[in-house]
Amino acid sequence: MSCQCKCGSGREEDKFAFIDRIIEQYKNQKGSMIPILHQVQQVLGYLPEEVQAYIAEKMGVPLSEVYGIVSFYALFSTQPKGKHRVSVCLGTACYVRGSGKILEELQKELGIKVGETTKDGLFTLEACRCLGACGLAPVLTVDEHVHGRLTTKDVAEIINKYKDVQ
Amino acid sequence: MEFYRSHVLVCTGTGCTSSNSRSVISGLRKELADKGLEKEIQVIETGCFGFCNLGPIMVVYPEGVFYCRVSQDDIQEIVEEHFTKGRVVQRLLYHEPNTTVKTQEFNDIEFFKHQKRIALSNCGIINPEKIEEYIARDGYFALAKVLHEMKPEDVIEEIKKSGLRGRGGGGFPTGMKWNFAHKAQGDQKYVVCNADEGDPGAFMDRSVLEGDPHSVLEAMAIAGYAIGANQGYIYVRAEYPIAVERLRLAIEQAHKMGLLGKNIFGMGFDFDVDIRLGAGAFVCGEETALLTSIEGKRGEPRPRPPFPANSGLWGKPTIINNVETYANVTRIIRNGWEWFASMGTEKSKGTKVFALAGKIKNTGLIEVPMGTTLRTIVYDIGGGILNDKKFKAAQTGGPSGGCIPAELLDTPIDYDNLIAIGAMMGSGGLIVMDEDTCMVDIARFFLEFTQDESCGKCPPCRIGTKRMLEILTRICEGKGVPEDLENLETLAKTIKSAALCGLGQTAPNPVLSTLRYFRHEYEAHIYDKKCPAGVCKSLLSYKINEDKCRGCSLCARNCPAKAISGKVKEPFVIDPEKCIKCGACMEKCKFGAIERK
Repeated sequence: MSCQCKCGSGREEDKFAFIDRIIEQYKNQKGSMIPILHQVQQVLGYLPEEVQAYIAEKMGVPLSEVYGIVSFYALFSTQPKGKHRVSVCLGTACYVRGSGKILEELQKELGIKVGETTKDGLFTLEACRCLGACGLAPVLTVDEHVHGRLTTKDVAEIINKYKDVQ
Repeated sequence: MEFYRSHVLVCTGTGCTSSNSRSVISGLRKELADKGLEKEIQVIETGCFGFCNLGPIMVVYPEGVFYCRVSQDDIQEIVEEHFTKGRVVQRLLYHEPNTTVKTQEFNDIEFFKHQKRIALSNCGIINPEKIEEYIARDGYFALAKVLHEMKPEDVIEEIKKSGLRGRGGGGFPTGMKWNFAHKAQGDQKYVVCNADEGDPGAFMDRSVLEGDPHSVLEAMAIAGYAIGANQGYIYVRAEYPIAVERLRLAIEQAHKMGLLGKNIFGMGFDFDVDIRLGAGAFVCGEETALLTSIEGKRGEPRPRPPFPANSGLWGKPTIINNVETYANVTRIIRNGWEWFASMGTEKSKGTKVFALAGKIKNTGLIEVPMGTTLRTIVYDIGGGILNDKKFKAAQTGGPSGGCIPAELLDTPIDYDNLIAIGAMMGSGGLIVMDEDTCMVDIARFFLEFTQDESCGKCPPCRIGTKRMLEILTRICEGKGVPEDLENLETLAKTIKSAALCGLGQTAPNPVLSTLRYFRHEYEAHIYDKKCPAGVCKSLLSYKINEDKCRGCSLCARNCPAKAISGKVKEPFVIDPEKCIKCGACMEKCKFGAIERK
């Protein structure tokens, strides 16, 4: 997989220089590991082992500690994600209003299971727990955008919209 | 200062933003400018009104006209009719369910009429991105009063007398918690706000942070003064980007005005607030796990005692309160404890915010006095069940709570009553279920959640919830055996008494409460191999009613498993061996000829 980094250059050394800058920014703060990981993931898209190892070394902690944190929290990923992240809410309000069926339909439409990425690298399918948009249940998000009051019929249309944008 | 003849409030909370309220605002501003009305009519972005189902919501003052589901296409008409000619646009008014009545004014709508808004009193009224609007509503007055007129002990006494209890779930008396931390010895103390709102179906904390962020900052500063802390942390879910952004802005603005930072109000009191983002771990809503997470580690809980009030963040005395709890604090200081204590029931004072969702007509955020009955909430405020189906249960307290059956609809809701009927206040998610919801499936759903979110530190939770989930899954798949119910109960009791933290101790509640009130549904799954609600796929069978089938072949053409066959114009038949029970045929049939049992 090529570098997903949004720094623009795609060069490995820039990636590490960028991580150095983030770590520098937090150097006087207590408990900064999670904010650092958040920021690095935001730019790189995910946290591969080499990046975890680099952060561990810079912070002076064992790799196992960094990996322990990355694997504990659901928002951190060690795998690259697709261009668009489709996330179906499986919170209670959405579930009783049929989000399970929406998820099934999406799996059919995209031909992948939850946690997987389409072969063209366009979509990653995820399930999440409550976005707090229960008034619009059932909902899904594509990247940051919330789509609410869904029926199974809306699924294909939403996906196609993002395919076209590409 | 500029004066306007009309103020138009448009919601920019998560709900309405998802319904495109941003484009309504930009469209409206443009249209007003085109018509030369921008100096007469002001458009204000506010927080959540609570009626998310009807978004985007627009309220026009001074009349208080309430427009709902406003789209960009309606803007021209609103500007032309309402703002130019003074005529209300009737078709955008709110339509009360079950009636033909259209309600014009905000306060006349049933959904709002029964509410008492304290924690939410600024939500939907002010622009949360402007500190001036908060100050105009007496914001930071409570902090000024505390710093100028009260000793820390007085503040604690005031909160104690008010009877305020923690709104995050536990219901621990807030004043008592503050007192422990006040008395604890330590050179450094901390004030923490728990905004890791993980209960699926609860979104009041998000709405307060999005609609009235300063009320939380002000209350944290008051708490800091009361216990002797000068540093606060807000631990907020990363899934709430709008809330995080508004908090950042609020902190920055408060700093500029000298309402946070050094020497606040010139009274020698310093207080600062930092934001910490969660990273998608439900267990971090548990206070000790939350503190470990702020410290930058895996968010695993630790045994109590020592309690955080004595040894919390980095081993220092710390208080942790929930967002809604803080939102009440400033109002108590301003209006006095007597005012607050005059509302609610004997042991639960004030109001509670509920997130009303599920199979109900009016979904959204409501705030009612403690002691309001579930019936009032579901039928008067909620407008009754969606599609006029039968009410089956209301689920409160999320994965830690329980299901309340129809016979208990008249129970006044407060902390203690809910515990007595096997449910829990939790953070205030209230999800309504109708006859089409299977209670065994719901219990399985919650166990799947807690199983997934169990941090794995203690075996009762890690292994126990796994075993419970296996049993529930088996029952839903029609493979349940009679001993299962007894085993579920034994496991539930063990986990409740042996788990390390609140997550594990309450995880069995959804199973226990459904076993208590809906045991017959479990028995139907186990003994009759039937799912009465028609949810559990393995237990369903689809059949074509010969009398109703017209032989149009639509079902056969839509069956993904090719399980339906027949001759055109004669009744079709489903082959149960091939049927995958997806229900596609039933959805497509125009004659209602397909029956699910």
